[in-house]
Amino acid sequence: MAHGSHAVKRYTGIMDWLTTVDHKKIGILYLMAGGFFFLIGGLEAILIRIQLWKPFNNFVSPDTFNELITMHGTTMIFLAVMPVIFGLMNCIVPLQIGARDVAFPFLNALGFWTFFFGGVLLNVSWFLGGAPDAGWTSYVPLASTTFSDGPGVDYYVLGLQISGIGSLLGGINFLVTVINMRAPGMSFMRMPMFTWASFITSLLILLAFPALTVGLVALMFDRIFDGNFFDPSAGGNIMLWQHIFWIFGHPEVYILILPAFGIISEVVSTFSRKRLFGYSSMVFATVLIGFLGFMVWAHHMFTSGLGPVANALFSIATMLIAVPTGIKVFNWLFTLWGGSIKFTSPLLFAVGFIPTFVMGGVTGVMLAAAPGDYQYHDSYFVVAHFHYTIVGGLVSGLFAGVHYWWPKIFGRPLNETLGKLTFWFFIIGFHMTFLVQHFLGLLGMQRRIFTYLDGMGFNEMNLISTIGAMLMGVGVICFVINVIVTSAKPKTATNDPWEDGRTLEWAIASPAPEYNFAQLPLIRGYDAYWKEKREGNKEMQPAEPLGPIHMPSPSILPFIMSIGLFISGFGFIFHQYVVAGAGLAVTLACMFLRSVIEDHGYHIEPEEIQPRGFKA
Amino acid sequence: MSGHSHADGVLPHEPEKATLEGRNKVLGFWLFLGGETVLFGTLFSVFIALRDQVNGGPTANELFSLSVVAAATLILLTSSLTSVFAIQAMHRNQPKAMVNWLLVTILLGLGFLGLEIYEFVEYAHHGHTFAASAFSTSFYSLVGFHGGHVAFGILWISLLIWQVLKRGLTVVTAPKVYIAGLYWHFIDVVWVFIFSVVYLMGKVG
Amino acid sequence: MKKRWLKWLRLMSTVAGAALLLSACGRADLSPLNPQGAVAKEQLNIMKISISIMLLVVVVVFAIAIYVLIRFRRRPGNDGIPVQVEGNHKLEIVWTVIPLILLVILGVPTVQTVFAQAQDHSKDENAIFVKVTAHQYWWEFEYPDEGIVTAQELVVPMSSRIVIEAKTADVLHSFWVPALAGKIDTNPAGNVNRMFFDTPDKTGIFLGKCAELCGPSHALMDFKVKVVDAQSYANWLAAMKAPAVLPEDPAIADAFQKKCLSCHAVGELGGPVFPNLTGIGDRESVAGVLINTDNPKYWNEGTVYDNMYRWIKDPQAIKPGNLMPKVELTEQELQGIARYLADYKLNYESEELRNNDATSDKEER
Repeated sequence: MAHGSHAVKRYTGIMDWLTTVDHKKIGILYLMAGGFFFLIGGLEAILIRIQLWKPFNNFVSPDTFNELITMHGTTMIFLAVMPVIFGLMNCIVPLQIGARDVAFPFLNALGFWTFFFGGVLLNVSWFLGGAPDAGWTSYVPLASTTFSDGPGVDYYVLGLQISGIGSLLGGINFLVTVINMRAPGMSFMRMPMFTWASFITSLLILLAFPALTVGLVALMFDRIFDGNFFDPSAGGNIMLWQHIFWIFGHPEVYILILPAFGIISEVVSTFSRKRLFGYSSMVFATVLIGFLGFMVWAHHMFTSGLGPVANALFSIATMLIAVPTGIKVFNWLFTLWGGSIKFTSPLLFAVGFIPTFVMGGVTGVMLAAAPGDYQYHDSYFVVAHFHYTIVGGLVSGLFAGVHYWWPKIFGRPLNETLGKLTFWFFIIGFHMTFLVQHFLGLLGMQRRIFTYLDGMGFNEMNLISTIGAMLMGVGVICFVINVIVTSAKPKTATNDPWEDGRTLEWAIASPAPEYNFAQLPLIRGYDAYWKEKREGNKEMQPAEPLGPIHMPSPSILPFIMSIGLFISGFGFIFHQYVVAGAGLAVTLACMFLRSVIEDHGYHIEPEEIQPRGFKA
Repeated sequence: MSGHSHADGVLPHEPEKATLEGRNKVLGFWLFLGGETVLFGTLFSVFIALRDQVNGGPTANELFSLSVVAAATLILLTSSLTSVFAIQAMHRNQPKAMVNWLLVTILLGLGFLGLEIYEFVEYAHHGHTFAASAFSTSFYSLVGFHGGHVAFGILWISLLIWQVLKRGLTVVTAPKVYIAGLYWHFIDVVWVFIFSVVYLMGKVG
Repeated sequence: MKKRWLKWLRLMSTVAGAALLLSACGRADLSPLNPQGAVAKEQLNIMKISISIMLLVVVVVFAIAIYVLIRFRRRPGNDGIPVQVEGNHKLEIVWTVIPLILLVILGVPTVQTVFAQAQDHSKDENAIFVKVTAHQYWWEFEYPDEGIVTAQELVVPMSSRIVIEAKTADVLHSFWVPALAGKIDTNPAGNVNRMFFDTPDKTGIFLGKCAELCGPSHALMDFKVKVVDAQSYANWLAAMKAPAVLPEDPAIADAFQKKCLSCHAVGELGGPVFPNLTGIGDRESVAGVLINTDNPKYWNEGTVYDNMYRWIKDPQAIKPGNLMPKVELTEQELQGIARYLADYKLNYESEELRNNDATSDKEER
């Protein structure tokens, strides 16, 4: 029969981490890798700001500057914030819906390792031939071999392609997990907002990333195989790249922000001791934002010459997204209204998020008005807008989520004092860095310039911006110190360390045991754990008897498959097709093995299952 | 919980959905096909935008021979039908019949691929190569990608045939065969669009 | 207490920023906030409508946020559970409908302006039609109705409508004269774009910038729009059509023709592919970024002769990646050609313009 009767495979140490298919460990891997790339992206930002602190600076050459801005954007979006989002989704969503793992544990691991090796490939470019330097948007013809003949843009194409596979797999995984694996009683309208946000985000990922895949393939074919997608001399069209990129690129920014919205809903509700105000409106608004996000891509192309009909339509569509976003902001404020607000470090970050993101959102509406955008586009005004939404918004939200869920993930809370220091340095530094950039744009400073002329009126504000960036760096260092200091502490967190946990993850031990729930819980309402607590129950009611728990087996194949893709990427970049083929062969061989080897996992027997609160 | 057949040893009616893993696989695969739809949709859009850019080379009308393409279409559509028969056999718990229909399916798939390779070689002789023009690059990317999907499907189904022969039709092998069937239907639907948008529209102009 | 202070600070800085904004700061020759041309003024108008509406939103959100964070702080000793509120339908409707109304207020003028600014005025009687071709890293301006080509400086008459047809010869660039109008991207042939702008009713020199990443010297691809009176413009056109003036010294002339005119053009002589040098002596800059002045203050400023000399001596040091190589010239030839080009003036400025120049434009520095 199909019952696994082999010896249980359990690894320890490094092998444990390389072979794990446990969503909690994979989540930690995502957080660590994302954090690492965040530091690299942050260093690139500091170097950019040092170059721009005064006019005519020659701290870096123009070529290096263009590499820095390209890598800063690409790294931060694809290799830093997205993995941290996936990390939190991995660690928390299964716990919030009462599941024991995600739907596809093996693919989950594969998703992590492909992201990781794609990111390594992209960053190896610094040392081996030159980093991409055509902007994170990589417009053609600049990104074609005619005008970028080094390997830089090839690293961009292959690195992102490999990383993108990871994102796509993650998206499918969470969609199926949320649809099929909710605990009994957990209807869709009883799911926590972070889970809803993750669910909609996963749908956006599924529908947006394939467009990027095609764009990257087309650019790769043009560069490596002499294709003509974007070569005007052979009938190609450069506008195609812009359309394809932004049909992906705009939903991408909603992929980035929706999880943060989910986190804010959780944090604001928990630390005001009130249920989320207007939950069904919040769900509806999230869905609407996701949907509208696919309708607005050409607002990135207002100056490309699409014509007045397109520009007018996309202006209106873009403005409309402000409405559901505004609904969310007001619902958060009215959650706080009448509450009992405790200013923990997660809540500080959430409270910093709200006004900052609103500022970013309103500059977004300003940008939506096309005639205004004819002036703002490609100036520092746009740079200010997207940093307000992505850094002041998303990153603040991620800091909130990370501080909030750290005890659940690692069994120890982060230090509150260091957390507050992180917050103040980061938020003050952030506004110093980016508020002035609105004005720089409005005074005529274009973006992506490695230096500026003296006497233009840009000097003072650029200096302020650079100092602000340094303060942000200090904040990040406080956070890194916090992580290191905390890691030395013993794992003493209780199941509900904030004492006001409302959602299911707070009902089990910190960190969660390998199997998450000894018995799948019965969900009796929204804010399922809070409901039990209010009725005097210390634990969730079980929905099933205690029994053997099935666990998936660890596997080294995801790691090897990703190495195969990494090698293949190198082969394509340097036109060594034997190497490219060999790398692909390794990956295909692993897929073959995966299909053919039947491994039905193992069971944890009831005797091994410890009572809640004690670690196995 | 998983991987177990029924106590009485009989395969359930829809074996691919009898376990949580099976249901997850089926749903996950439908979603994957949603993503693939966006992918092919983007490729189609690119092709449509570039289909007149022949850069002095042969046009679609001059190149395409509808008889070869019609034959290929007939073969692929038939293979989709035989894959339906395979799944029906699976639901009737007839693994031998299922394997036979799967074998016919991949043979027809090989026939399709053979015709397509022949076709591409012919085109290359007429100057319609990958690097010739924007039209040719987008043609080979779209149609070639589809052909690559067919080739992958043939390899995959072959592997599954071997697994079913070795281990029998179980609640573990059934979901794999089912989603391979979904995949095969998908590439058939994509071909219908290719036939219409690339070849028919190419002839009509 | 800290929270209240920070929120207050943020609010104040937003208000201050708005005040700053609406008081039209910025250089009159550069800032979209200080527009001099009608199109830029219309665009600032849209900006003002959007800022006002958005300021209202920000004030409301900040006010509620500040109030809530102070009023509902958990006070020591108060450990109770607040009333759990599911929502409020009325409120939801209010904060859905009001933003929609605000968007209509912004949307209507937006759509109107989009269509108005997309009109093709190239067939207008008095419109001046200029074909702009962007290169790495310089700007080519062709006046097809006049049969002339120039570079780096767009000379146009005041009180006129200028219709631009913009394209690139290589990668994407973007034609941006912030004080006069928003930008238009320069795409390869096949995606050529058109836009128009109106010149003000007074003379002036306006800064132009490239606004699309185009390579290492993207930051250095500045150009100028020189708005002159009708007489000066007529003089300029005539002077541009005049026969070429070569260096007096035959050796210099010979070096110039052999080593420069293979790429550049003066008058009817030379090649069309690289910047036209006719009348380069009285342009505002050399290579767009070396500003000509007798009172140099910054690294990129110098006399015409000094700038010319610097540029020809080592173009890559000024604009990395540009297509002009280090030309093989003896020191004598270099000095001679620099002197010749610095003195190659068209002297088209009318009396009136020379008076204006003397009093007004240099104060911006």
